[in-house]
Amino acid sequence: MRHLLSIDDLDRSGLEQILDLSERFIEVTHRDIPKVPALRGKTVVSLFYEESTRTRLSFETAAKRLSADTMTFTVGSSSVKKGESLRDTVQTIEAMGIDAMVVRHGSAGAPNRITEWIDAAIINAGDGCHEHPTQALLDVLTLRRRRPSGLDGCRIAIVGDVRHSRVARSDVLAFTALGAEVTLVAPPTLLPESLEGWPVTVSYDLDDVLPNVDVLYLLRIQLERQGEALFPSLREYTSRYGLTAARAARLPADALVMHPGPMNRGVEISAEVADGPASLIAEQVANGVAVRMAVLYTLLGSGGPVA
Amino acid sequence: MPDTPAAGSLIIRGGRLVDATGERTADVLIADGRVVEVGEQLSGPHGGADRELDAGGCIVAPGLVDLHVHLREPGDEEAETIETGARAAALGGFTAVVAMPNTTPPLDDAAVVESVFARGATSSCDVVSSGCITKGRDGHELAPMGELYGLGVRFFTDDGACVAESGVMRRALEYARSLPGAVLAQHAEDPSLAAGGHMHEGAWSSRLGIPGRPGAAESTIIARDIALAELTGAPVHFLHVSTAVAVDLVRDAKARGIVVTAEVAPHHFTLTDACCASFDPAFKVHPPLRTDADIEAIKRGLADGTIDAIATDHAPHTPEAKDRTFEEAPTGMLGLETALALTLTELVEPGILSLVDALALLSWRPAAIAGLTERGHGGPVAPGAAANLCVIDPALAWEVDADKLASRSRNTPFAGRKLTGRVRHTLLRGEPVVIDAEATR
Repeated sequence: MRHLLSIDDLDRSGLEQILDLSERFIEVTHRDIPKVPALRGKTVVSLFYEESTRTRLSFETAAKRLSADTMTFTVGSSSVKKGESLRDTVQTIEAMGIDAMVVRHGSAGAPNRITEWIDAAIINAGDGCHEHPTQALLDVLTLRRRRPSGLDGCRIAIVGDVRHSRVARSDVLAFTALGAEVTLVAPPTLLPESLEGWPVTVSYDLDDVLPNVDVLYLLRIQLERQGEALFPSLREYTSRYGLTAARAARLPADALVMHPGPMNRGVEISAEVADGPASLIAEQVANGVAVRMAVLYTLLGSGGPVA
Repeated sequence: MPDTPAAGSLIIRGGRLVDATGERTADVLIADGRVVEVGEQLSGPHGGADRELDAGGCIVAPGLVDLHVHLREPGDEEAETIETGARAAALGGFTAVVAMPNTTPPLDDAAVVESVFARGATSSCDVVSSGCITKGRDGHELAPMGELYGLGVRFFTDDGACVAESGVMRRALEYARSLPGAVLAQHAEDPSLAAGGHMHEGAWSSRLGIPGRPGAAESTIIARDIALAELTGAPVHFLHVSTAVAVDLVRDAKARGIVVTAEVAPHHFTLTDACCASFDPAFKVHPPLRTDADIEAIKRGLADGTIDAIATDHAPHTPEAKDRTFEEAPTGMLGLETALALTLTELVEPGILSLVDALALLSWRPAAIAGLTERGHGGPVAPGAAANLCVIDPALAWEVDADKLASRSRNTPFAGRKLTGRVRHTLLRGEPVVIDAEATR
């Protein structure tokens, strides 16, 4: 694997190798000095064309814990404001000598385009509505740690704006590759126009699905889309698709709740549920660093020991 | 036959002549820009001509006519100019092209239209200006259609933009009835359905997370404009038809006697939305590349006569403009130098179209739609006719090399594709503007 652009770049055994490696890095992050020299001398640059807190910090932390040098490029303070093209920007950065570039961009396929322009390993940290593969990796890692039997047969409902969600696209691929049964739950306006070839079932009715899931994965409602006539109001969305405390009570006793963040508390998830015992949300964030260490190590490591 | 050859006369020797009247083996003697004589083995050293062009093994046909090219002048001469676009056209076998109005400024003004006609008159092929339907192509107020008609405009369109308001389209069609021979050409994509979309809406757009443009954006406007053509009695031409539903609508309208015509672009019968999975903006075009089922329907529409013309929608963009992400890149692809070969390779070779039907779609049928028959385009090749001709080697196999195209731009989606059939010579009013696949000016 030269780049990580899509979960499609990994088959089941490739996914499992990264998850196994992530477990070893979780062990590293629990040490007194949570740092290994595996990527000493390597340079990892983050190139973020969209706002991000958790993903950018998570990648930078991962790189630092592997002893890589890091650079951060955010559009707000850059020559992009002066009209520099994406191609010129990445070629300029590469000229400084880098080994990997972590890219977030508002357009689908931007990381794919960059692989045509420079030689560094490219990691997709979210491209438009296309994919967010490291989010999916940390999601399956988090689930696998809670389910020693693995994801085979695990019933997962992904609820919310699947149409515009890069997280959902990567999660569907990763969950189903590991044997989970995925149901998408949303009004038709928030589902992809075509689900041809998607190994999923669809429901418009969350209440119908609730009693029969092992995992409820809630997607963020992008508040800026309210003007697009996708649903009548946030109030109606919450009443039909929000995970309220009342709905959470109807989940099976051992069901788990996930969310990629950032959350709109009170919209897709109530504060009570987000902070409740079924919630894996904090674990997802914690596992993100280890997964990204595993990805960086897989792409840049010499194949030597982790630590 | 003249006793002494006219200065500058030439003979096209040994080809198979194909035009609207049929096929036969014939030499063509040309002088003073016109066909003088057509016949088998015309006598004399050069058949009585100064010069001889070999057409052995070739097809001699009326020059091709493209209803749909973007030559980017004025406003974006880095991407193309009338001169370079006309040269690319001549190399593709075209002797007349209709220049679309989405220039900067747009072709909604007499001075701009006059300048396009003037530049076109000295180019390697006849460049005919279209005219806008609405001022600024913004879909609201009518452009000075009568004034532009007086300058020679017969093809009115806001191409690149759809005349979306039904009432405006209705008034424009009514008004055009006072301009004999004029036709209104619609870019049929309802902006409220297509806005924000970058590729065909379907399985691939859903997988890739790229916002889509549904086929219904096209078919709703075509259904509406068929109703408006019926209401007003004015003809409507549909640009770059891309969906199966639209082909069926046009077929049905024609069966009901409504005067509508339709063109398709070569990329819409050769490429599908699956190409967009590469995220390569060379495949970004409006209307977008559709599905295999749409391609099959377009081929049926070509074969049964529903579709009237093959038009390129030649849309040059500089490498810098296309060197962006798929969603950010501008729309459009080159077409002039590949259209004939794609037609021969994808439609004639598999037996979907006869050669004469293919040439009809590329020459005399579009010529009639745009009022270019009267200007000497589209044949037939007969004594007295303007010598606008192309000579095609139908068996020549070649591979598309973007760097060798005559267009100023390089944005072909067909780079590396192996095609059969290529233009050997093109004659514009008797002057060989292309000889042995090389432009002479």
